[in-house]
Amino acid sequence: MKPWIAKQLYLIDYTLASLSRRKAKNLSLLFIYALLVFVLASVALYTQALRHEAQAVLAGSPEIVLQRMIAGRHDLIPAGYLEKIGRIRGVQKIEGRLWGYYYDSVVKANYTFMAPREMNIARGEIIVGPALERSRGLAAGNGISFRSYTGELHTFIVAEVLPEATELASADLVLMNEADFRAFFKYPDGHFTDVALSVANPQEVRNVAVKLMNALPDSRPILREEVLRTYASIFDWREGLMLALLAAAILAFCILAWDKAAGLSAEERREIGILKAIGWETGDVIQMKFWEGLLISLSAFLLGFLAAYGHVFYFGAPLFEPVLKGWAVLYPHFSLPPHIDGLTIATLAFFTVVPYTAAVLVPIWRAAITDPDTVMRA
Amino acid sequence: MIELKNIRKVFNQGQHNEFWALCGIDLAIPEQQVTALRGPSGSGKTTLLTILGCLARPTEGRVRLKGEDISGLPERFLTEIRRQTFGFVFQQFNLIRGLSAIENIILPAYPLGLPRKHLLEKAEALLADVALAHRREAKVEWLSGGEQQRVAICRALINDPEILIADEPTANLDTKLATEFLGILERLAAQGRTIILTSHDPLVVESSVVDCVVTLRDGRIVDQTEGRPASAERFC
Ligand SMILES: Nc1ncnc2c1ncn2[C@@H]1O[C@H](COP(=O)(O)OP(=O)(O)OP(=O)(O)O)[C@@H](O)[C@H]1O
Ligand SMILES: [Mg+2]
Repeated sequence: MKPWIAKQLYLIDYTLASLSRRKAKNLSLLFIYALLVFVLASVALYTQALRHEAQAVLAGSPEIVLQRMIAGRHDLIPAGYLEKIGRIRGVQKIEGRLWGYYYDSVVKANYTFMAPREMNIARGEIIVGPALERSRGLAAGNGISFRSYTGELHTFIVAEVLPEATELASADLVLMNEADFRAFFKYPDGHFTDVALSVANPQEVRNVAVKLMNALPDSRPILREEVLRTYASIFDWREGLMLALLAAAILAFCILAWDKAAGLSAEERREIGILKAIGWETGDVIQMKFWEGLLISLSAFLLGFLAAYGHVFYFGAPLFEPVLKGWAVLYPHFSLPPHIDGLTIATLAFFTVVPYTAAVLVPIWRAAITDPDTVMRA
Repeated sequence: MIELKNIRKVFNQGQHNEFWALCGIDLAIPEQQVTALRGPSGSGKTTLLTILGCLARPTEGRVRLKGEDISGLPERFLTEIRRQTFGFVFQQFNLIRGLSAIENIILPAYPLGLPRKHLLEKAEALLADVALAHRREAKVEWLSGGEQQRVAICRALINDPEILIADEPTANLDTKLATEFLGILERLAAQGRTIILTSHDPLVVESSVVDCVVTLRDGRIVDQTEGRPASAERFC
């Protein structure tokens, strides 16, 4: 073994021994520290995953969604509308969409009913999102009845439950055959809820939107980029909240660090003097204390981070669900698919490990450069 | 071995409580002999010892170790010299609490990164020499005063120093333990080590183990045995 490595192992050994000498104090320090990391990491992981989720959902959404407005309210797209849109230059693909909300009084939740074009769902069958699986205890093969607005009961067989992966979008979905959808909501043939458009040249999106407004004055085009911006501002607001939390946490770190910096006890000073007198260099003492700072802050970081990971991704962040999530009403058991990125981890690690380690080193530095003759005097 | 030339040491220089602890010390420590520094309390014995052992620097004067002037060396080199050349036994023993006897002994060798097995063997041999092998795993705070001192001696010897320095080694021991200490001292002297100690204990100063006695008073050497010339008195 190289002497340098052997030396570091000796220093770590010594540090562990001196940490265990003040076990109670160091354990409580570790606990408070880990708790701080836990709060910070929970917030960071949560917003990160939420943002990622929203982006994933929006990435698959159409560039323009066209709604028809009557008296300022969203109304059905009548027959013949699609043909008119098709004549506008620049429009590449048109798809009339069928969807609507259904209030389930049993569990007091809203579902989104949808008749997707790209899926072939047999009549009388539905595919449901994971939220329904949980709230109504549904599994493939089960039957369920919904009462339509006209009062009749419609019974469906669950063909499949959607996977958890993109839950933000699919949690409350009920997918069904177009004919079933029209029958349930009494939608006349040729009518749609709204229209999804794609544009040949992405730069032309705004021009196409203007042309749509001119050709169909009762329509309202909604652009994906606008939705994205709205989402971003919502997240920014939430992140402001998180920033406040972050500031509080950093303040707490500073207090911890200050305590450490000021609290170099006479005993610790004496210990440093002894080590220097028996032949340790200033650098050796500092390296030893560096390991101490690193060991404490790194284990606090790991503990706090793992706890936060569990909190956010396994237990659904029960501690700040009400603050951070606007969908809480619609998604009673909302759980995020795990998503973490290196930058978040690195930032967190930096803000937790570096200040503490530095705070441990500063006073030690001062003590370690003093002459060791003080140990000769009691 | 060590030569001091006109050493002066001041504490709190320039302040109202400025104090000259050493005023012009000229001294040569002979190799492979036991030198004892004695004198009344406050005469500067400990201060002189810290300068001899490179734990502190003189305010003025030159220190030569084995013919080499080390007065102007930076702290880094002094540490190196301290580790290679000196072993210290402090009056308060200064063992690290919470560590076992054997861990305390190998502590000075940590920065060298030597294999642990080798260090432990060496430490065990040293402990056996002072009849303490059975206490190797005991935490030092549970050891008696005499046992603590013997652990401190082993720690001073782990890096095989040429010079052993001890400040008031018997001050915390009763007569029986002090006699035992002299026995250990005798063996170390027989191994050819240079030993410097301070003491006002006649048992130590007048024992046959000590080759050379230097008497201090008010920061000056007033007497020195072995017929070596005492330093000329100076006014500070
Ligand atoms: N750091 C210091 N600051 C101020 N004065 C000091 C300092 N260290 C020592 N002194 C003074 O220097 C003088 C010599 O001290 P020193 O410890 O060398 O005496 P000593 O001969 O070892 O005494 P003792 O036998 O009591 O141990 C004392 O008067 C002491 O008060
Ligand atoms: Mg003294």
